[in-house]
Parts: sequence; C-alpha cells; structure tokens
Amino acid sequence: MTDLNSASGPNRELVAFRIGAQEFCVDITAVREIRGWTKTTALPRAPAYVSGVVNLRGAVLPIVDLALRLGSVSTEPNERHVIIVTQIGTQIVGLLVDAVSDIITVTNSDVQPTPDVASEMVKSFVQGILAIDGRMISLIAMDHVLPELQLEAA
Amino acid sequence: MDPMEAIKITFFQECEEQLAELESGLLLMEAGEADGEVINAVFRAVHSIKGGAGAFGLDDLVRFAHVFETALDEVRTGRLAPDPQTVLKPMLRAADVLADLVRVARDGGTVDEARVLQIAEELKLASPVAAEAPGEDMSEIVFGFAPPPFLGDEPDGIAAMIGVPWAIHFKPKAELYANANEAGLILRELGHLGEIALTLDTTALPPLESMDPEGAYLAWDIVLTTERAESDIHDVFEFVDGDCELSIEAKIAGDRPSESADPTSVEPPLDVMALIRRVQGGAESAPEMPASPEVAPPVIVAQAAEPAAAKAPARAESAVSSAGGSTIRVDLDRVDRLIDLVGELVINQAMLSQRVMEAGIAGASAIGMGLDELEQLSREIQDSVMAIRAQPVKSVFQRMPRLAREVAAMTGKQVRLVTDGEGTEVDKTVIERLADPLTHMIRNAIDHGLETPADRIASGKHPEGVVRLSAGHRSGRIVIEISDDGAGINRAKVREIAIKKGLIAAETILSEEEIDNLIFLPGFSTAAEVSDISGRGVGMDVVKRSIQALGGRISISSRPGKGSTFVLSLPLTLAVLDGMVVSLGEQTMVVPLTSIVETLQPKAAAVHALGDSRVIAVRDTFVPLIDVGQILGYRAEMLKPGDGVVLLIEADGGARAALLVEAIQGQRQVVIKSLEANYRHVPGIAAATILGDGRVALILDVDAVVAVSRTGEPTSLEPQFQMMA
Amino acid sequence: MSMTILTVDDSRTMRDMLRLALVQAGFDVLQAEDGVHGLEVLDIERPDVIVTDINMPRMDGFGFIEGVRSDDRHRAIPILVLTTESDDDKKARARRAGATGWIVKPFDPVKLVDAIRRVAA
Repeated sequence: MTDLNSASGPNRELVAFRIGAQEFCVDITAVREIRGWTKTTALPRAPAYVSGVVNLRGAVLPIVDLALRLGSVSTEPNERHVIIVTQIGTQIVGLLVDAVSDIITVTNSDVQPTPDVASEMVKSFVQGILAIDGRMISLIAMDHVLPELQLEAA
Repeated sequence: MDPMEAIKITFFQECEEQLAELESGLLLMEAGEADGEVINAVFRAVHSIKGGAGAFGLDDLVRFAHVFETALDEVRTGRLAPDPQTVLKPMLRAADVLADLVRVARDGGTVDEARVLQIAEELKLASPVAAEAPGEDMSEIVFGFAPPPFLGDEPDGIAAMIGVPWAIHFKPKAELYANANEAGLILRELGHLGEIALTLDTTALPPLESMDPEGAYLAWDIVLTTERAESDIHDVFEFVDGDCELSIEAKIAGDRPSESADPTSVEPPLDVMALIRRVQGGAESAPEMPASPEVAPPVIVAQAAEPAAAKAPARAESAVSSAGGSTIRVDLDRVDRLIDLVGELVINQAMLSQRVMEAGIAGASAIGMGLDELEQLSREIQDSVMAIRAQPVKSVFQRMPRLAREVAAMTGKQVRLVTDGEGTEVDKTVIERLADPLTHMIRNAIDHGLETPADRIASGKHPEGVVRLSAGHRSGRIVIEISDDGAGINRAKVREIAIKKGLIAAETILSEEEIDNLIFLPGFSTAAEVSDISGRGVGMDVVKRSIQALGGRISISSRPGKGSTFVLSLPLTLAVLDGMVVSLGEQTMVVPLTSIVETLQPKAAAVHALGDSRVIAVRDTFVPLIDVGQILGYRAEMLKPGDGVVLLIEADGGARAALLVEAIQGQRQVVIKSLEANYRHVPGIAAATILGDGRVALILDVDAVVAVSRTGEPTSLEPQFQMMA
Repeated sequence: MSMTILTVDDSRTMRDMLRLALVQAGFDVLQAEDGVHGLEVLDIERPDVIVTDINMPRMDGFGFIEGVRSDDRHRAIPILVLTTESDDDKKARARRAGATGWIVKPFDPVKLVDAIRRVAA
C-alpha cells in the first residue's frame, strides 16, 4: 500500500462513517461490503463491544460495536444503523456504525499524525487524522478492533 | 500458473501417495507377507520419487532416493534377502528420511543432515551394492542429459572445427528393423551432420524367392564430411548399436569412399534424399514428411506374422481393474466449497419451510408436499456431498504396525498388532486428527497394557501380546477400539497415583469404573515412572481432549489379567451435527443430541438445594442441575425449575448432569460453522450454526459447561475435568 | 501435419511433464498409465511414436513393448523407452524386448523431441 517513490504517495480511497458526532474512516481495500443492521446472536461472556454474531451468507460474522470499542457510549442499534464488513488479516468482522458518510480520495501525505492526546482509545485505534472540507476524520487502525486472542491454558 | 509449478504440485501429491505405498509395502515385507508385486511397488515408489525429483532439480532428494533405490533393487532382484532386522528396519527408517526430504523440498526448512547421511550409510551397510553407488553416479543421474557421452574420444579441437571426412560402414541386422528403427532415417540423421556420399552394397541380397521378408540384406558405405565430433556420429547410431555392423573411422586424406568395398558390386553413389524416398516406398516425395502409419518399412512390408496371443489375458485383467475403481482427483477446496453451498441450501430450504409455515399454507397442500420433497432431496445431496470427503481410516491405521514394532523394541515387549476395518470411511479431517490420539493409545497399550514376555509366560499366556485396532460404523458414528490382552488396569496402583498426585482425596470411595476413568485426568500420566515412550509429556487427558474436540467420546473397560479396551466413538463428519434446539431466554441454542440421554419436565419438588448448588432427583439418583442460561451469563437470576425443561445429559466419563433450559424447540440436523474463523474460541461454546430463520445459533459445549458447574467457577469456562466424589 | 505420440507412464508427474514438452513441440499426445492401459489405447489409436516408462504396475515397459511388437498392427511403431538409469543392461534389455531407442530421465525436452524426430518417419 505504501508507495514511497513519490512524496505524496499514490491516491488512496477511504470509506468515511459517522459514530455519534465523530467521523472516522477505514481504507476501502479493507471493506468487503456494507449492509444494514440485523439482530445479533449474543456470545456468552464476550467483551461488551462485541455485540454478537450474525449470518453473512453462511459465515459467522462477529459484530463490533465501534462506538463502544472506541470508548464512546453503546449504540442502541436499529434498522437505520449500518454494518461495514471489513477484512482484518484473515478474519472478516462487521463494524457497527451510525452511517456511512462519504468515500474520499486522499494521498498518504494528506494523513496527518495523530495529535498527542491522553485518550487510550485514540492511541490504540487512531492511525492518523485527515482534514477534509473543514471536517476532521480519524483514520482507524484495524488491527486492534477485535479482542486480542487469549492463549488458552491447554 | 506456470505449468511446471502445476506439475510440481502434482509431483508432491504423488510423492505423498508413493510414500504411503512405500511404507505399507515395507511393512508387509517386514512381516514376510510381501509378494513380488509388493516389492516391485516399493521399488517403483522410490524410483518415481527420484525421477520426479530429478526433473525439478531436487538434488538432495535424488541423491538419497538413489541410494535407497539401489538397495531396494538388490532386494527386488533377489540378491539381497529382505531380513527384517538388518535390511527392513533401516529401510523403514530410510522411508522416514525420504518423507522428510520430500517435505523439506515442498515446504522449505531443513532436514537433519547428519541423520540423512547416517541412514544412507545404514542402507549402504545393508546392501553391499548400494555402498558402491559412487558420488559421480549421482551427478550423472541429475545431469544425465547434459554432457555428451563420448567426450574423451573427441578429436583435437582444430580437426573438429573444420570439415573432416569419416568413413562409415553400416550394415543393419534384422533386429534393427524389428525394433522399428529404419536405416533410411539413420542415414537422414547422418545427413544432418554434414555432407555425405553413400554407396549401397547389395551383394548380400538373395534372389527374391529365397528372400526372408524380415531379413536384412543391405549395407552402406558412407563418407561423411563434418565439423562435428566423432561422438556426434556415434550418437546417430546410438539406438542401433549392436543391431548392426558398424565401423566409424577417420578417413585419411586421399582415401576414396569405395575403396574398401568390392568394386564389382558397388552401385554408383546415391543422393541420400533419393534413398530415403526409396526406403519409404517411393510414395512420398518430401523426405521430412512423416510416413503415415499404414506405410510399413519396406523390409517387413510383405508378410504378416502370427497374431499376437499375449494380449488376450492382459486385456481381460485390465477390464476387471478399470471396472473396479474409476476415480477423479479433485481439489479439496472445491469439495469444501460444495459442502458449504449444500449447507447453505439446507439452511435455505429450512428457512423457506419456516416461512411457508408462518404464512399458514402448510399441511397437506401441494406447496407443503413440494417442500417435504425438497427437504428430502436436500438431505440426500448433503449426505452424498459429505461422502466425497470420506476416506478409509487405512491411512492412519497403516502407520501403526511400525509404531508397534518400535515401541515393542524399546520396551522389550513382544507384540502382534491386529488391525480390522481399515476400509471404514470417515471424514478426511477426522482421519487427520485421529493420528495423534491413536498413536498415543497404541503406545500406551504396549507400554502400559502388555506385560513383559517373562511375566506373560509366568501367568500362562503366550509371550507375544496382542494389540487389536479395529474400526467400524455404528449408528451413524465411527467406533474405533484399541484393546490389548495384557494385565488390565492395576486399579490399586491407579488409585495410589491419583491420591499421591492430589487428584482425589485418600478416603474417596470410587467404583471400578471411576477408578479406570482416573487415567483421563490431567496430571495423571504415569509415563514418567515407567518409561519415556508413552510420555513425551502427553497423557491420556490430552488424548481425551483431542477426541472430544472432534465431537467424540472415549471410554475404557478393563478386566484384571485379561486386558483393557478403549472405545472411541466419533462423528462421521465434522460438518453436520444432530442437535436439540432449545431456548435460553431470547437466545436459541443447539445441544448436541449425542450427549442427551433424555428430556424431563421437572417438578419443583424434585429439585433440592445442596450447598450453593441444586440437584434434581431423577428416579432414584440425584443429579447436579445446571442452569445453562445463568452459567453462560445470559441471565443473572436462576430459572425456576417449573419454568423450564431439563435435558439429562451424560458428560465425560459417564457422569450425568441435568441442563435446565427454558424450552425445547425440536430436533434438527445443523451445519457446523466455525466461530474461530472470524472470531475466536468461546468457552462453553463448541461452534455455531445457522437456523431456519437465518440467524446464528450457538452450539453448546456440554462437557465444558458441566465442568464449569462442578468447579462452581462461572467465570472460568475453560474446558477442564474434575472428578470428585 | 502433426504427429501423435503415445506416452505410457504410471507417474502423473511424468505424464504431465511429457505432455507439456510434447504439446509445446506441436505433437498430439495420447497418454496411458501402464502397459495394460497402453495396449488398450493402441486398440483404438494409431500413434506415430510411443514413449514408455519401464517400471510400471500391472504390466511393465518390457511387457508392453513385447505386446506392441507382437501385434501386427503396431509392430512398426517406433518405441522410445524412458529410463532413469544410463545403465547399459536396461537399454540392452529394452532393445531385446523391441525398443527402438531410449531417453534418459530426467529428460531434457529438447532431447526428447529430438529423439522422437530421429525415430519417426
């Protein structure tokens, strides 16, 4: 993805979405599809931000309540909410967000370093900041969205 | 994909098959049960691996395979007796090394070079001829096509560069033609090397009436002027060497072509093209054009020989074998994709049925009947597709005889391994994951189960113990039994160990069955005290866990002095499961039907408090009552027994428990979906499935839930096993 | 006009490699898995040249060659033997059985095609 041959780097497309008043984005290459919210099946003793699992054409898709994951208040999901189906490594994960707002084209040089704020959430999940038409959009690092795999005492 | 890469994949697939054939063949030979065909197949396996490896430049593999092959050839030709100890033991080890080399060639990584060399040495020691297989031999095989064979005979450089005349005398014998070589083609080939002048010698030609149509009567004297080396000229005659009189001599300047021949019988020189036309019967004018197959070479043109008799039996044999097993090879991914799709079909069909039912059109209507048929068909398709993945357990079973021998050798026991039901089929994945547990159990049976020969004789038994490994289908599952005719479980000792290791309290009263089941407890392994063979840090608890991970169960029965039997019962496939669909509050869950003994409508009076826990009276016994919704954290408060239904289940080791759920929705076959694929393992949950309404339902891990209820630790749902009286 | 070559080899790897080399050289290719199968193919097909392995199950290369040579319809077809060994014994035996020539494995595609052209009319 990262092409260092030119100063600005190649164009990069991002899917922007809203959670409450904040705007976030993820790389479009990680996005498999966007679908409406459906009722989840709860997983026992899962972290609160894992809303449960849904059926994605025969595969079991975990749904992460991104608002909760990012340290905000829980989303009370309804039919207006959207699930962004993303590929994280070899796994496919659904991100529950309020709405998809935009598809934006930027270059790597448009991505500013994350301002040094105290929030642990920001440190863990925000890879960089984009300024588009006066809006601030946080680029999400996908690697930490799912809970870390705990080693089982086998 | 690069075609050679594709062929390489084929090569490695084939290697796996050949390695399996090699091992099973060697084992038959070791047992003295091999006939000539088995020995040939063993030889061919190594030979083919070597051949393919050479084509891909896998030199390490070629080198080792060559030494191996040389030794096998000695056995095959009867020069070396296949002694089980001195010959076949090293060969079995060599088969392991060969498998390692194949794996490294395929997946990368390193082999233990010292071991490869050591085993190669063993092979050479076992067969004197293999010892003579020199290093150069190897390079010749690897680069067999590269250097010209007569390098040493090449004339000096200058002579080779400018045209030099050579005098060649060539008189074909009948054999040359019988092998479908043709003088004309050889002369044509010679013509490609330089300029040639031919003299046909017909002096030997008999009168027509006494001519044998398959005889050879013509000879040629050729003067070839070429820049090429003498070896190139020899190469032209390579295939007919021995089937003709041939002399090739550098012609001294001034010599004339026909001097050596009898001048009276010499025809004027012919041009080679004309000759070829003549040889080909004059029909074709273009010499480069291939003759049509109907045009036979002239020397055999006249007469048909006797009809071939040898073919008839061969034909009959092949008809039988081709009728026997017609197979195609299919990429496993494609099969799995098909299985997934069929799973979808079944789910979809169930959804459709449900919708139709909700719409109130069901019953005896045509739609209802059509749906029933659809369901029937979907099931049949599913079963058929599952059957594609099924394979005989033979691939695992055939590894065991060798293991048995090795363990017997290390422990000084005498053992005969009897296998049965190798053709029993089960899902490929189940087979793969059976290998480790079975290996361990066979080791155990010999190491712990059987007595030493001396002890056996003392107790009036045959010094050779019998370990029996069998497989068969029983009520939709595969059942594998491992039994020995040894001393049986020493219950006093097992009990003593369990107490010493703190697994049970000293005063605990246990039934015989319960004592036997102690060996499955984590931390029980007696291996350390006895030997390191069964051990390697793995105990029966691990065996049990791996069997459970496959949806299987393991049980043991033992009789003092008579031996022990372990019974594994496993599902035929990991893809579907018969389940009881239950309600837990808002959630719908599936409980595997295999663990359910019966369902009960509990009366409040049957439930009693016992400390923090509750038990339920089932007929005359009290069984722990487990509120599944609570233990999984779906509900904080306890469910009142009268508001729910009880599933009486049998968990590990036969222990019973009562699972309390809100309601039972019904029985259904469900397609198992992985939670780990996109998420991770969830304690207490075995897997997921998709129900008729399209929603995901979780499949309960019954043993884990029961285990948790025993520890009273609702936050810890890691699978574990505790057995307390 | 393209020639048809029948290859007889029990190894899928070798069959694939032969096919690749021969097709690239413009030949039509028939394939059989052992001697018995090879004779079956010959029942219905008329290849211009046969390339056969020696070590095969059911019927080995020697048996196959004898089968071909003892059948009037096919005995004039040139047969090249694939041999891993540059062993003279093997060649001599192949020739006694009726082989026209041989190719040493692992074969060089150029040499293979060259050998076929050498024996094919």
